[in-house]
Amino acid sequence: MSDAKKVKFSLDGKEAESHQGVNLVQAIEENGTHVPTLCWSPGIEPCLGTCRVCTVKVNGRETAACALKIEEGMKIECDTDDLKDLRKGILELLFVEGNHFCPGCEKSGDCELQGMGYRFGMTHPRFPYRFSHYELDYRGVHLLLERNRCIHCKRCTELFSDDQGRKVFSFVGKGKDTRVEMNLDLEAKMPIHKCREAASLCPTGAIILKGQGFDRPVGTRRFDNPPDKGSKNG
Amino acid sequence: MADKKVVATVSLAGCFGCHMSMLDIDLRLLDLVQLVRFDRSPLTDIKKFTERAAIGLIEGGVCNDENVHVLREFRLNCDVLISVGECAIMGGLPALRNDIPLRECLEEAYLTGPTAVQGQRIIPHHVDLPKILDRVYPCHEIVKIDYYLPGCPPSADLIWAALSGLLSGKLDTLPRELVKYD
Repeated sequence: MSDAKKVKFSLDGKEAESHQGVNLVQAIEENGTHVPTLCWSPGIEPCLGTCRVCTVKVNGRETAACALKIEEGMKIECDTDDLKDLRKGILELLFVEGNHFCPGCEKSGDCELQGMGYRFGMTHPRFPYRFSHYELDYRGVHLLLERNRCIHCKRCTELFSDDQGRKVFSFVGKGKDTRVEMNLDLEAKMPIHKCREAASLCPTGAIILKGQGFDRPVGTRRFDNPPDKGSKNG
Repeated sequence: MADKKVVATVSLAGCFGCHMSMLDIDLRLLDLVQLVRFDRSPLTDIKKFTERAAIGLIEGGVCNDENVHVLREFRLNCDVLISVGECAIMGGLPALRNDIPLRECLEEAYLTGPTAVQGQRIIPHHVDLPKILDRVYPCHEIVKIDYYLPGCPPSADLIWAALSGLLSGKLDTLPRELVKYD
């Protein structure tokens, strides 16, 4: 990216600098401000902007930072109290939309959604719970789908493929009936390391490796302890 | 005695695990009893408020009409109300029934389930029994809640941090390292 043209923009009122074509999340982070993300991680281009927890203001309008590239003269607001509260509200909506009962979830402690709740200081959601009713899918040989924990981020459909490059996960249905499905033939043939990869790619506990939950003591899991300052965990 | 703050506690649709965690503050209990007096609480077995409480601790969600009544009574009689634990905050384990129709739950439990007693298959419906609600509700969907202590149960350290902070008037935000959802 060092060959790309330099661009100047404003970040929370201060002058900032990055390179043409850089994702907005990365451009903001290069300038020392953290942007929380769930559906995006480096390499997902273009990002679908499905989870919205990276919402910032660009030229006065709220937008998902992960879905934009930095441009000359952009006026970006990120670290303001209003935007922090808005992002926390979006996270709370993700919690109430599904059934995120952490004490009974195999992913608890390693769940990125939970880790973000800790980072945002969320003690409860301000919205009524929906208590969704999606069918559990036990049919897989190695993996099970708990769709009530799915936040529809599309990481599994966009980023995951088996050893031969074939897509294993897909979305079916529309609107509130949208659900993740798994190609059972391909899943049955996947080696265990690929199954583990799929389960860890999921930012919540929607894709679970059968028989592998609760395998480490509380206190040793990824989000059990607050990160050191500057770390992106938690 | 007179300047001690009054604390009340209750377990609604909970498992008493949060109360056990309260007792887990160990030796700090000795400090606590210097600062507070427990009124209505399973710890004292006092069934009705004898005086207004400064702090009310609610364990468990709301699954029947008696829970609604008790929770409203706590709101009326406590200056500050705290939801303690996942069940109070989101319904918790009892709320796993929330996506199943109530009739189906009752029929499974009392009529068609393998543990239903032969010859006594009846859904209990005595006038003195609390009426089961259509689903389990978090406490803050019934009354206003002032503070939330997540966890299953919240650790003794978190409960102590909240209680000691409230009693000393220095509770700003809960220490991040103590806030856990499981």
